[in-house]
Amino acid sequence: MQKRFIAIWFPHLTTDWKIRRQPELKDVPFVFASPERGRMIVRATSAIAYAKGVYVGMVVADCRALIPSLQVFDDKPGLTIQLLNALAEWCIRYTPIAAIDPPDGLILDVTGCAHMWGSEETYLKEIVTRLKGFGYTIRAAIADTIGTAWAVCRYGQITPVISSGTQLEALLPLPPAALRLESNIVERLEKLGLYHIRSFISMPSSALRRRFGQSLLTRINQALGHEIEVIDPVRPIEPYQERLPCLEPIRTATGIEIALKKLLDMLCKRLQDQHKGLRRCLFKCFRIDGDIQKIEIGTNRPSRNTEHLFKLFENKIATLQPDLGFELFFLEAPIVENVSIEQEQLWNLAFKENDAEVAELLDRIAGKVGGQAINRYLPQESHLPERSFKLASSIDEKLETPWRILPRPIYLLPHPEPIEVMVRIPDYPPLHFRYNGTLHTVKKADGPERIINEWWYKMGLNRDYYCIEDEVGRRYWLFRLGDYNSNEPRWFIHGFFA
Amino acid sequence: MSGWATQNDIIQQLQKEVLSLQGLRRASGDCRLETGLQSLEAAFPEQTFPTGVIHEFISYTNEESAATSGFIAALSGRLMKKAGTCLWIGTKRTVFPPALKIFGIEPERIIFIDPARHKEALWAAEEALKCKTLSAVIGDLPALSFTESRRLQLAVEHSHVTGFIHRHRPHTENTVACVTRWKISPLASEADEDMPGLAAPRWNVELTKVKNGRPGSWQIEWIDGSFRLATQPAYISAIRTRKTG
Repeated sequence: MQKRFIAIWFPHLTTDWKIRRQPELKDVPFVFASPERGRMIVRATSAIAYAKGVYVGMVVADCRALIPSLQVFDDKPGLTIQLLNALAEWCIRYTPIAAIDPPDGLILDVTGCAHMWGSEETYLKEIVTRLKGFGYTIRAAIADTIGTAWAVCRYGQITPVISSGTQLEALLPLPPAALRLESNIVERLEKLGLYHIRSFISMPSSALRRRFGQSLLTRINQALGHEIEVIDPVRPIEPYQERLPCLEPIRTATGIEIALKKLLDMLCKRLQDQHKGLRRCLFKCFRIDGDIQKIEIGTNRPSRNTEHLFKLFENKIATLQPDLGFELFFLEAPIVENVSIEQEQLWNLAFKENDAEVAELLDRIAGKVGGQAINRYLPQESHLPERSFKLASSIDEKLETPWRILPRPIYLLPHPEPIEVMVRIPDYPPLHFRYNGTLHTVKKADGPERIINEWWYKMGLNRDYYCIEDEVGRRYWLFRLGDYNSNEPRWFIHGFFA
Repeated sequence: MSGWATQNDIIQQLQKEVLSLQGLRRASGDCRLETGLQSLEAAFPEQTFPTGVIHEFISYTNEESAATSGFIAALSGRLMKKAGTCLWIGTKRTVFPPALKIFGIEPERIIFIDPARHKEALWAAEEALKCKTLSAVIGDLPALSFTESRRLQLAVEHSHVTGFIHRHRPHTENTVACVTRWKISPLASEADEDMPGLAAPRWNVELTKVKNGRPGSWQIEWIDGSFRLATQPAYISAIRTRKTG
């Protein structure tokens, strides 16, 4: 079957997009500009600015001289590619193979697609009308080769539909730039007075190659179809989503629950097959009157457990307002992660079976209270009490070092509090100490346990810890900051033993 | 005589029913908590430490709070055994995780829930108590109304999870729907052979309320990973500070 290609050109892609988002810019000349060597250079112009003589590559100051009311916006690098990708994905409704053609075009391989719309003319017209409806200025052409379609869509004057096998005729009146040549070759051709393709296309190829290099010949051959050109089509990631249309509008909570369960089943089956689990899930309900209501959940671990996910949604179903009823339910998992089977096994070792129930409880808590409220600790190799444990990064992280049994108080003050002491020097525990206005007489003491700051962490005075029991059996963890050699050491209380 | 026997049977049967209606149920097999203290267990109905219920602990000073946390940790450690998970819920957490090891808990098996608001902590405690796979749920909930405690009690009646509610400095000692009320305060420790320094933690464990049991008070030591009744009354020795460094 003869290949057919459509080339679409967006001369004002980014500016048209800007107008779409800010309709008030419709009648205002504006440009996107970015600095280059200390000057602002125009990167894209709006249709109005272009009509008034502002071109890409001009200096903004010069453009302002032309149009005093010119508005200048910062150019966003990467925006073009992003827009083209989105448009290419949109075009997949017309053909399965759509590719972007940076900086300002799309190439669609429409071989065997046009007859669905009757003829190529109506097909092309449909695409152009729809895209123009979005507010884009576009030109499009259809031809046997990418080269010809590209040339005709940008420079063609007569018809956008080049019937099969007539590339040469279509190309003849076009300027050499239509062949997608590098600017220096175009310049050289024009210097020689070759303003149209017809002036040089019949020249012997050896002469052309000698003067203009192989690339000109390649481009001519590609345009005429003598050389094959491949395109790299966009592959949209198939989103994890399921939809459920209803014959009758659904108004009851039970109905919604059934729909949600069905959708979860479908989604989880797919996740199961791909060894994935979802971390975030969005349930959208489309109401008859056009209103869209949504509820969203998140999970702590990638999950594909239908029952658990349903439970997470269950609390929120009450917030939906069906009014006249929902006609379409839509479930989407925007964040999906791999579930490693190994991980599951590790978890089982740590928590035996039934771990899932705990994980699900934590999900519910995280959903209500926030994930930062859930903490689990693992030992860390440090003598400093405040650094002797660390936050586990996940609920199933294993410990790397064992917990050490040291005399540590069960009640640790968030910050050590200063106390007044009476103490024998040099290394004796206090005889008396006063904390919060109460005098305690020390009866028993253990220590000192010297803890020196880790030099790679922070410098500071060392601490000598004492375990203290007072006259009625209350047990404290006190420490002396610094020693007697340097200056007067200070005493603190750091915790309470059980 | 046979009439008497049947009457006794009926009364016993009814007593059991009353117990189960009050949320007490005979702990069986796995979820049995062995304290190893006969005299303490004698205070409870059927001479078993009640599990699958809510225990209430009241403390006022920081020292009492530490002793209470230690006692609760020791009890939960018993419940968790080799492989259980425990949730510790509270808005103002003071417990120092590495110290739990002393009370027979692997600290990494405790999941701490630290909500910002008391209401959220209550909600989390109720949800946690509904989760059958947890070994124990510890809640630092100073303010607990009767209705709120009823909800917690109803949750455990379904799930048979044991809950420990620690009320530090409550505004009032209001009645709550818990099976027991405890007060733990630290006592002077006593080493066996007049060794210097601190010995095993010793507490005055006061059981001020217990449904269908006999309240009492005991002096209990936590030594080598198990409870022990302190043999002699806490005896305050002379000042024995020694150079230990």
